Amino acid sequence: MSPQPIPHEIPMTDHLLHEGVVDTRHGPILYLDEVSVNFDGFRALNHLSLVIDAGELRCLIGPNGAGKTTLMDVITGKTRPDSGTVFFGQTIDLLKMNEPAIAQAGICRKFQKPSVFDALTVFENLALALKANKGAWSTLFYRLKGEQRERIHHITEMIGLKTRYQHRAGILSHGQKQWLEIGMLLMQEPKVMLVDEPIAGMTHQEIERTAELLVSLQGEHSIVVVEHDMDFVRSIASKVTVLHEGAVLTEGTMNEVQNDPRVIQVYLGG
Amino acid sequence: MKVNSLNMNGFLIAWLLLLFSLSAHAAENASSPPPLLDALEHLQQGTFNEREKAIAQLASIESERSLPILHALLDGKLFLVKSDNQLVIGEDNHHGYDLFDAVSGIELKSISRDEVNKINLTNALRTSLRKTIGQLELNSPVPAIRLAAVHAMAGDADEKTLALLHRLASTEKEPRVKQAITLIFLLKEMNSTDNALRLQAIEQLKEQNSIEVINGLHAILDKEVEGNALETDRQVRNAAKLALSEVTRRQQFYSTIETVFFGLSLGAVLVLAAIGLAITFGVMGIINMAHGELMMLGAYTTYVMQQLMPNHLGLSLFLSIPAAFVISGVAGILIERGIIRFLYGRPLETLLATFGISLVLQQSVRSIFSPLNRSVATPEWMSGSWQINDFLSLTWNRFYILVFCLMVFILLLQILKYTRLGLEVRAVAQNRNMAKAMGIPTDKVDAMTFGLGSGIAGVAGVALSQITNVGPNLGQAYIVDSFMVVVFGGVGNLLGTLVAGFSLGIANKFLEPFAGAVLAKILVLIFIILFIQKRPRGLFPQKGRAADS
Amino acid sequence: MEIIKLSKDKTSFVVLGLLAVITFVIPLCNVFFSADSVFHFSAYSVSVLGKYLTFALLGLSLDLVWGYCGILALGHGAFFALGGYAMGMYLMRQIGTRGVYGNANLPDFMVFLNWKELPWYWLGFDHFGFAMLMVIVVPGTLAFVFGYLAFRSRVTGVYLSIITQALTYALMLAFFRNEMGFGGNNGLTDFKEILGFNLQSENVRSMLLMLSGITLMGTFFVCRWLVNTKLGRVVTAIRDQESRVRFLGYRVEMFKLWVFVFAAMIAGIAGALYVPQVGIINPSEFSPLNSLEIVVWVAIGGRNTLYGAIIGAVLVNFSKTVLTGLMPELWLFTLGAAFVVVTVFLPDGLVGLLRHRLEEQQA
Repeated sequence: MSPQPIPHEIPMTDHLLHEGVVDTRHGPILYLDEVSVNFDGFRALNHLSLVIDAGELRCLIGPNGAGKTTLMDVITGKTRPDSGTVFFGQTIDLLKMNEPAIAQAGICRKFQKPSVFDALTVFENLALALKANKGAWSTLFYRLKGEQRERIHHITEMIGLKTRYQHRAGILSHGQKQWLEIGMLLMQEPKVMLVDEPIAGMTHQEIERTAELLVSLQGEHSIVVVEHDMDFVRSIASKVTVLHEGAVLTEGTMNEVQNDPRVIQVYLGG
Repeated sequence: MKVNSLNMNGFLIAWLLLLFSLSAHAAENASSPPPLLDALEHLQQGTFNEREKAIAQLASIESERSLPILHALLDGKLFLVKSDNQLVIGEDNHHGYDLFDAVSGIELKSISRDEVNKINLTNALRTSLRKTIGQLELNSPVPAIRLAAVHAMAGDADEKTLALLHRLASTEKEPRVKQAITLIFLLKEMNSTDNALRLQAIEQLKEQNSIEVINGLHAILDKEVEGNALETDRQVRNAAKLALSEVTRRQQFYSTIETVFFGLSLGAVLVLAAIGLAITFGVMGIINMAHGELMMLGAYTTYVMQQLMPNHLGLSLFLSIPAAFVISGVAGILIERGIIRFLYGRPLETLLATFGISLVLQQSVRSIFSPLNRSVATPEWMSGSWQINDFLSLTWNRFYILVFCLMVFILLLQILKYTRLGLEVRAVAQNRNMAKAMGIPTDKVDAMTFGLGSGIAGVAGVALSQITNVGPNLGQAYIVDSFMVVVFGGVGNLLGTLVAGFSLGIANKFLEPFAGAVLAKILVLIFIILFIQKRPRGLFPQKGRAADS
Repeated sequence: MEIIKLSKDKTSFVVLGLLAVITFVIPLCNVFFSADSVFHFSAYSVSVLGKYLTFALLGLSLDLVWGYCGILALGHGAFFALGGYAMGMYLMRQIGTRGVYGNANLPDFMVFLNWKELPWYWLGFDHFGFAMLMVIVVPGTLAFVFGYLAFRSRVTGVYLSIITQALTYALMLAFFRNEMGFGGNNGLTDFKEILGFNLQSENVRSMLLMLSGITLMGTFFVCRWLVNTKLGRVVTAIRDQESRVRFLGYRVEMFKLWVFVFAAMIAGIAGALYVPQVGIINPSEFSPLNSLEIVVWVAIGGRNTLYGAIIGAVLVNFSKTVLTGLMPELWLFTLGAAFVVVTVFLPDGLVGLLRHRLEEQQA
């Protein structure tokens, strides 16, 4: 596969490392090697190695307990692996960072269970996610600028919540909450989006729009989607990774993967 | 301090028993031999000279009544009745005296204070009287009295006592008495003039566990004024120095054991208070702030049981255990069914509501019993202490509580491991929804679990009533500590609670000598606060997916 | 939505209006009407009202921590007591030679304990300015150190509640010790004057009441502003879904820490206003029960509203005054029942009850 255009403003001649800038000149934006996580003897991840290229839309599938959510936990800093390396681009060691630092570096996550702030309005939810200085002092005296308001309105439109932006998030439907959370991800202007089961609880139409949205976002963002719905996966992904028992079973296009006897055995039981 | 006074108590009890048996014996053959009467005649004379003679006479005649009379004389309990000059022993009963005939020991009528004359003593008389009593007691048939007498003489034994002791040593069968006598002679030899003998004595004293040995050795070494050793013999000095270091090393060793024991017993109290919590908090995720008050209920149950059967202390204590378990357990089930079940999934609210219950329980007890502390009597076999040697004595009540705590703990583990309820409790703790899907009545299990935890709190209250005052604030004093134990040990882990309770108890007792009781407690609290920073899930954390929720 | 906002504001204004009346009218009445007039308030009722206002301030600060940030602090009374002790130390130093022992250099209790000189941590408390600084700095520092340790290692929920309780319990034990140099059991008392004004005088009491009221209103506005800033939204978000906020790139522990420290400082100020009005500060202010009472004020009034805390604090303490006067043994029953009833039946407190009524009427 051809290397993606480098979306970040590093001149090819400049080999100095820039703080806070993700170096993806060699292709990968996420690089996991030999990552293992143990829970009381249970190996949630077992020497897992995985590479996500910049601008790619990758789908992760696998039966329950395959380690999909744990993998996202490791990338976002929620779970510390017992061994292995996790790099963001060429230069940023994610294992040395905590969750907020990883989020600020540009890796954002949508949770399996929609996690929006019920007590706040749609607008406030998006405003919280907005990429800005997130220190306590700066938020104390923070005022939204015109262009940022614009951006929030633009996103509310994009996620189909334009008429609802003054409503409390708590009263939204399940599908709307999913979209709001995707909207919050976009507000953070992420480089990598980790999206865990985005279409649960959505109507057929909503699913189609979600697929369109995710496809349109690739390139500018690198996206990793975890999903059980195979039709949905087929509709968005060019490349699929199958996880099984905490390790990568196989990678390839949806067709290749679906015809792989090992995958069939894993899914149908053997 | 406490150990000493308990010791004294033990001694007094033995003494009273003796008195009792003797007086009963005396009553049988009421006619006393003439020498006794003759001696008493002298005692009734006014002059101190006469009295001294009488004391000597009483000591020399071999009468069973001599000792009680001399003791009464020493304690200022020997009186002359004004009306008929009868010699009597009087026990103060706040209004006057209960009288016993001095000669026969038979109980007489009570009498008011101004109807009797006390037989007075001078200080010199008192000193010689003490010695006389000691010598008499050396011949007592009761080993405990002989031992006490030997101990009392260890300080300053004159030639006559030494001779007596010597005689006793040859006939004595009780090893502890024999040992004590040997000690006295060795101490005497250590301070003799024959250096070879002294060195030999020091060599043997090295093996003894006795405060007197330490004092004696110190005396040899301390005799230095302006840097000059008054003890001129270097060899003796060196030997003494060596012996002293050895004995103090042993003393420290035993005092360490004692501290560990006190730590363990404090830990046992903490564990008893905390395991009920560990169940409700660990298994059900419920913060029960009324836990301390459930313990208080248990303690009051003990108090009430004792009021119901005041003559059977031991039995009432044993019956209190199931009674307290049932009462606190039922109270717990009522609390769970009445309030807590509406608050599942809202731990902070549960905390507040149960705190409200604790206030109501406290005030109820205050209104029913009184705001003052009630004292619960301790059965005889639980009072006093187990004197292993001069350096080491363990108090019985603490010892029994330690044993009791372990029994309760093991029993609880067995219940959780082998009964149907235990299985269901563990299932609900691990995955409530799955358990429900399996047809386990989680409602009922919740109520039973809470009842079990509360019942154990009640049982803990029974134990507490034996070492502390029973009052409305009893629970509050332990609630913070027991939460600390649960958190320190790791929530949901009973073994962790046990280890945490014992280690906190021991830490507390080791800190106390340096820091004082209050500061030790503060230090331990600060330690736990810092510890939680490092390991928020305690010593033995639960891992895996379940731990996240 | 709009209705809620409107009714919230309305209630806010009603509460503020009542506060203003207490703050300004009562002292003015006492100035203009002679002592036998019906419009004259006794020194006792003035200081009792003043006490309520300091409690309201304390409740307000807890609401910030609990209602908005979701930290059920069971040791909030410790900050109040520390502020009170700082003020008490200043007032002690103002006694001068008027103490029982007439020692200008040492407070009475130190003379009694045979201390020869003032411990170092009492130095500077002769100066009002320094003492007032300590009123804020000492609780703030304790909150900072404790909060930094606790929040950084992500101690949350009931664990946090319990260790805050342990904190105040430990402080109580410490302050009970004579060796601490804060008067042991008896604490600090027998104050004479503040800034040269006689503390027993009615006018000074009225001034203290007014000062408490103004501080309360000022703090109320600051808190209201605070919860409506972006920081306020982040804090609310943390209360509801702490880990999600972290994944948005906010350092959650810092937000919690600053709110905690800020609230501790307010509690310290409340304590400092409380002490001259009641004339004593002793270690029982650190008792865990006191801290729990604060929680119940806020719960009864209605958390997460700010003014609910004020209503709750005044209402509960008024009932306490009345009930302990009539039937002392009834008070703990009432308080206990209040805990249960509020948590089970009134999760939003009295304010929530009123608001539901209002919404029903409007609908």
